[in-house]
Parts: sequence; C-alpha cells; structure tokens
Amino acid sequence: MDMRTPLGKVRGLGSAKSGTEHFWRVRTTSVALVPLLIFYIVFLIIYAGKPYAEVVGALANPFVATINALTVIASIVHMRLGMEEIIQDYIHSEFLKLTLLVLNAFFSLLVGGLCLFAVLKIAFAG
Amino acid sequence: MANVTNNRPLSPHLQIYKFIPTMAMSIVHRITGGALYFGTLLVAAWLIAAASGEEYFNQVNWLFGSIVGQLVLFGYTWALLHHLLGGLRHIMWDLGYGFEKEFSTKLAKGNLVASIALTVLVWAIVLIVR
Repeated sequence: MDMRTPLGKVRGLGSAKSGTEHFWRVRTTSVALVPLLIFYIVFLIIYAGKPYAEVVGALANPFVATINALTVIASIVHMRLGMEEIIQDYIHSEFLKLTLLVLNAFFSLLVGGLCLFAVLKIAFAG
Repeated sequence: MANVTNNRPLSPHLQIYKFIPTMAMSIVHRITGGALYFGTLLVAAWLIAAASGEEYFNQVNWLFGSIVGQLVLFGYTWALLHHLLGGLRHIMWDLGYGFEKEFSTKLAKGNLVASIALTVLVWAIVLIVR
C-alpha cells in the first residue's frame, strides 16, 4: 500500500514555473507586431503586383529588410506560443500532445528560417 | 487510491457557452490565429520566390493573382486584421480596462465590423493603386 500523501505525490510534478514567461512573450511579441504588421500591410499595398525588379529592389532596402526580419522573428515566436496554447487546451492524449508540440516547434522554426534566409539573401545578394 | 485526475472538472467548452458576441469573437480570435499560423506559408512562399529569381517570383505572383489565390489572400487579410484588432482588445483587458458587460459586447461587435471594413478598405486601395 502506498503510504504517501496526495501532496507528497504531486510535489515536484507541478508548475514548470514558466507560465508567466509564456504569457509575457505572447504579449510583448503581439505589441511589437502591431506597428510591424501595419508597415507590412502598407508595403504590400504599394508593391502588390509590381514587377520583380521593383519588389526585390524595395525588399533589399536596409530599413525594409530589417523591419522584414524583425516581423518574421516576432511572428514565429508569437505563432509558436499561440499554437502551443491551442494544443495544450484541446489535446489530452499525452503522446499526441508531445508529438504536436514538437512538430509545432519544428514548423515554426522551419518557416522562420526559410523566411529569414530569403530576407537576408535579397538584402545581401539581391 | 482512486484516479483523481479523471474526475477533475473541465473548463466549459463551446457547446456549454451561450452564443453571444464576446464568446463568438473569443473563438474567432483563436480560429484566425490558427489560420494565420498556416498562412505564414504564403508569406514564406512569396519571400522565397523573391529570393530565388524572377521566374519563381512570376510563378508565385501568377498563383496569388489567380481567382483562388486572390480569395485566399482576401481571407488572409481579414484573418490578420481581425486577429490584430482582437489582440488590441486583449491588451486592453490585460491592463485591467474594458470589462463592463455592455462595453465589451459593443467592442466585440465593433471588432468584427472594423475588421471587415478595414479588409475591404485595404483591398480597395490595392485595386485602385494598381
């Protein structure tokens, strides 16, 4: 028979002490994304449907490239944390949950990595 | 000892809540967030094409310019603007303002109206500029 109290059993299995960090990073990235995305939307309004040389020329501008890179970074952090919340809320099977959390991390980093590489390549090599 | 975790109360779900504006905009905020998550693939495709050369860029541009592409981009614009406005509501709540019933209901309705209006405005400007 197990003589341990319920409290004794759960000690050390509780909060990972990272909830505030999660909350805070979702908020800081969301605040950063407001001006960044407004810039992005204006940029796309101006350059939607424009010829290749003109679009790439604009993307290569140091200011645009920096904003672009920051938008990508803030976006992938924000979307990864957001999807993490959705997975943790709706997926109750431990194995599936862990699998999806890992896939979520991989997907975010892959998309972010591809976008960042593209932004930097345009900025440095055209 | 009995399995305590099985009997723990679950938080109320979609089918429990009454369908009211604040509740609807809450779930729409999550749905648009999920849509934007996969929508980043469109941004990635566009940036990678721009970095890969004129031929790829023109192909992706053609795809985005097709009727299906334009519909998807229109939906993407709306999801982005809706999630952005919804996010501003959340920041307001995080700071401790705007919890009054009437006000938050008005704001929930306003969120939907404003996101649709802004989406139409953005696309009107794009079509006029082009």
